[in-house]
Amino acid sequence: MSDQKKTKRRDFIFTASYTLGVVGVGAAVWPLIDQMNPDASVKAHSSTEVNISEVQPGQSITVLWRSKPVFIKRRTEEEIAKARQVDLKELKDPEKDEDRAKNPEWLVIVGICTHLGCVPLGNKGEYGGWFCPCHGSHYDTSGRIRKGPAPTNLEVPKYEFVDSNTIKIG
Amino acid sequence: MSDHDYTPKSKFGKWFNDRLPLLTLRSHLTDYPTPKNLNYWWTFGGILTFCLIAQIITGIVLSMHYIAHADLAFASVEHIMRNVNYGWLIRYFHANGSSMFFLAVYIHIFRSMYYGSHKSPREVIWIIGMIIYFIMIMTAFMGYVLPWGQMSFWAATVITNLFSAVPLIGESITNWLWGGFAIGSPTLTRFYALHYLFPFLILGLVILHIWALHVPGNNNPIGIDVKQPSKDTVPFHPYIVIKDLFALLVFLLLFVFIVFYSPNLFGHPDNYIEANPLVTPTHIVPEWYLLPFYAILRSIPDKLLGVVAMLASIFVLVILPWLDTSKVRSAIFRPLYKQFFWFLIADVIILGYMGALPPEGTYLLVARVATGYYFVHFLIILPVLGYKEKTLDVPLSITEPVLEGSTNQSLGERANQ
Repeated sequence: MSDQKKTKRRDFIFTASYTLGVVGVGAAVWPLIDQMNPDASVKAHSSTEVNISEVQPGQSITVLWRSKPVFIKRRTEEEIAKARQVDLKELKDPEKDEDRAKNPEWLVIVGICTHLGCVPLGNKGEYGGWFCPCHGSHYDTSGRIRKGPAPTNLEVPKYEFVDSNTIKIG
Repeated sequence: MSDHDYTPKSKFGKWFNDRLPLLTLRSHLTDYPTPKNLNYWWTFGGILTFCLIAQIITGIVLSMHYIAHADLAFASVEHIMRNVNYGWLIRYFHANGSSMFFLAVYIHIFRSMYYGSHKSPREVIWIIGMIIYFIMIMTAFMGYVLPWGQMSFWAATVITNLFSAVPLIGESITNWLWGGFAIGSPTLTRFYALHYLFPFLILGLVILHIWALHVPGNNNPIGIDVKQPSKDTVPFHPYIVIKDLFALLVFLLLFVFIVFYSPNLFGHPDNYIEANPLVTPTHIVPEWYLLPFYAILRSIPDKLLGVVAMLASIFVLVILPWLDTSKVRSAIFRPLYKQFFWFLIADVIILGYMGALPPEGTYLLVARVATGYYFVHFLIILPVLGYKEKTLDVPLSITEPVLEGSTNQSLGERANQ
């Protein structure tokens, strides 16, 4: 009886020691892992303001936001109509153009293919939007994935019109 | 080996060996018994050891001049090429060294598959080898990023984005890998640190690889165990040492020919353009030695499944000793396996070729068929073949087919050919 009791006490001490050891090692390892995450200086570039007064209809500019390219496209009537006519059932990642472009004339999207991160080329591809040269994803004039390996539409970043000539991204 | 352990003769040697029995290992480099029928395909182990050491030495030298920073890396590589004494030679040797390293490792791997060196009792050697191969891929990939040219940058982008296929936490993983929201300086510095570290991991694993090899001893072209060490084997030194050195010299002829006369043969002109995060080159391709995997990745139209298929194509190699169910090791005695082996080689070459071409139309179709066949070979053909195949008679010993005309029917026939 007393023997059994002793064993139980030992077991408890062992378990407690192991647990504390694991917690301690975990706490020591976490800084070593977390140091690889985006640092304060990288996070500091979280928003950028862009002057769009010079952009003509049909033209697109590329700006860097968080070191990623962002396409700001001033769409033509035709391109807007094309994006809005599409039946949502045809889409791989169904999203209305109305939800992607607050102001139909301006489309703001992150210029990074959602497949493996290449920068798609403008005014190319079978849907008149963007085409990714790396693995052949086709996007339409709303930046939605239509054909190819990319799983989702080109991302719409958080942005707002500061005034009629300036867009703030981020 | 343990039957005649080496003991040092000198007084100092004895004194040292009593305290650290390092010199006892000497016999592994001298009278280690090696099957006497090893052919030249067996010299690639030594060649690979040379490649590893050469990459480490040239790499350490390059690191004395290279600067791992997004603004300076590209210029520092040009500085090495133009200003550093013999910098061009050392860098070209290092850059082409990776191609030669992979050429040798592929021959080494396929030799194992042909002669059944991955089978019992050598599974652990094979698995350590596959781990080495996997770390080699990562090391080569990170090394390719360091010059910070367009190909470097976009290769890094595409490959690290593979992790974004992981459901839910994909984006957190990529940001963690990059140290930012895209590839940049933080990515470059960590790749540099790991590119420096990994070769030493490989070196450690190579020691384990050789250790595991020296337990059962070498396989050999006819794939049977050594019966009588005195008849079937020769000492490692000088027989194998000299043969390995001769093969190394021939290998080096090819190596230095490329370094001297065609140093950019395996390179891509776009990598002489500095990295630009705004423009993706119209056609990006990985280095030739990764093309088959790239073709597998692209042949699957789904992002996550493409990545899974690519990783699976390496993983099936790890479990190969259990997929290949045949008790006979060498393809010499497996008439069907021998054919399927060459089909596999052709399949991998086709995959590599498709990996270099744009993924559209017929190319994509061919890549898909080749990807399918790759998995069929390992997961269906090999397991079934082990039970169905009628193998030829295996000789009784390594010496038998050489010394006695052989009573063995199949061997007699082969001798007449």
